[in-house]
Amino acid sequence: MQSAPRAVEMAISHTLREDRGRILAALVAQFRDFELAEDCLQDAAEAALKAWPRAGVPASRRGWLLQVARRRAIDRLRRARIFAAKAGEIALLTGPGAEMAAGTGAEMAAWAGGGGPHEIPDHRLRLIFACCHPAIGRKSRIALTLRTLGGLSTEEVARAFLDKPATMAQRLSRARAKISKAGLGFAIPEGAELVARRDAVLKVIYLIYNEGHAQGGRDAQGGGSGPGPDLCREAIHLARLMHDLSPGEPEAAGLLALLLLTQARAPALYAGGRYVPLEEQDRGRWNGAMIREGLALIAAALGAGRAGPFQIEAAIAALHCEARTAAATDWPQIAALYRILEAMLPSATVRLNSAVALARTGGRRAREAALARIDALEGALAAYQPFHAARADLLRRLGRREEGRTAYARALALTRGEKERAFLRRRMDSL
Amino acid sequence: MKYIALIYSAPQSRPAPGSAAFEDQIARYREIAAAWQEAGVLLAGEALQPVETATSIRVRNGKVELTDGPFAETRETLGGFYLFECESLDEAIRHASMIPTAEHGTVELRPVLSFG
Repeated sequence: MQSAPRAVEMAISHTLREDRGRILAALVAQFRDFELAEDCLQDAAEAALKAWPRAGVPASRRGWLLQVARRRAIDRLRRARIFAAKAGEIALLTGPGAEMAAGTGAEMAAWAGGGGPHEIPDHRLRLIFACCHPAIGRKSRIALTLRTLGGLSTEEVARAFLDKPATMAQRLSRARAKISKAGLGFAIPEGAELVARRDAVLKVIYLIYNEGHAQGGRDAQGGGSGPGPDLCREAIHLARLMHDLSPGEPEAAGLLALLLLTQARAPALYAGGRYVPLEEQDRGRWNGAMIREGLALIAAALGAGRAGPFQIEAAIAALHCEARTAAATDWPQIAALYRILEAMLPSATVRLNSAVALARTGGRRAREAALARIDALEGALAAYQPFHAARADLLRRLGRREEGRTAYARALALTRGEKERAFLRRRMDSL
Repeated sequence: MKYIALIYSAPQSRPAPGSAAFEDQIARYREIAAAWQEAGVLLAGEALQPVETATSIRVRNGKVELTDGPFAETRETLGGFYLFECESLDEAIRHASMIPTAEHGTVELRPVLSFG
């Protein structure tokens, strides 16, 4: 039953990548202590590194890790001499299956022999609610979610934020300490609070995707995977998790659909080292499987009759994906959806996108009306690159060359990605 | 768990005593305190005399040093506190958001360290 050390290492890192969230969630649900859970899972991984080469890789790897982590947690609590005080609490918290906390040799053998895929109760939803709690700072929320449920290592999360690993480790540990010590709780909120908290979770996932998208634009286009972790993929993984864990919640389905329908078009975003705007993209390079999944998700979600911002955005993305050519795009329908989105979420950036859609619905009059609406947003969006890019594009289409060139120059000053810069420069020079 | 809600606000942003806004605020404070008492979440709560009455104490090398204040004209100053007994941070946040001063000042919510 011996396994080569290299194979063991791979088995451990694979299990931690795939099941880290589930194991941590089970530990946190039992011990109510995020720091303790994290430390004990680390202990268990080290124990596996020693035990598995001798005894072989167990059939239920996550079961083994969970069981060992539980024993370590109990050991630690005991040693900290607060075990007596906490023991009653733990017994109460664990409910059915509490006897596992006592961990016998026979159970260890049972884990080694396998067990169904359902051996660990899934508490990940509680954990993701805790990680995305609005009492934790925005950046820490994103980092903690990526680390805990996204399967990224601390080093990878640090790279995603261009932080030093030590700084990120500190940020993560501060956030975990707050969850443990401030009584953040691991309950699933109820009623109106559930809606607000779920929206906060979905927002965190959306931000992770946007960050990934922005980083793709900066350094990973043209097929390269770039130096950082693939945050777009992580975000889709998390959105899928939220969708699986919140059946019948149309906004969770809406977010997953939105991310899939956006990611599906990513392969056509750059061609021959150049940035390609939506209307010039080679639609044959879009990912058909992702589009089919996204379309099915959004159709089902909208059928629930409880539309929300992510569903509307996904419906807009769906209309782009369904158009066989740029000219076939249903702009009036997209503009109408943006109007609905504006009513739900009257932010300056939504108004900007809404005006851009309006400009595409018709001729000169529509464009002029759109430009007036965009100009009215200058106060709020003067430092926002897409504002100047959209204005420049509209002025170009209206043949207002001088103003167009000025707007392109302002957009260029705010653009980071080299390929986007080259694209804007070409457009500017065409005027 | 016990949580303390420390209520800060800038003196110039507080409603002037005698004004209708002031009376309204007092009435709202009475209302929430009564509701909390009824629900059994309120362990203690006091309003403080203004910061001008404060004395800061430092003991250095065994010597007691007193300073008048702290004064900081523009900063928010501590004006009072509540001590809650709650199930979770979420519950404490719910109560703390009802404090009228939170609408113009800041309520800092801190779990009380337990040595149990």
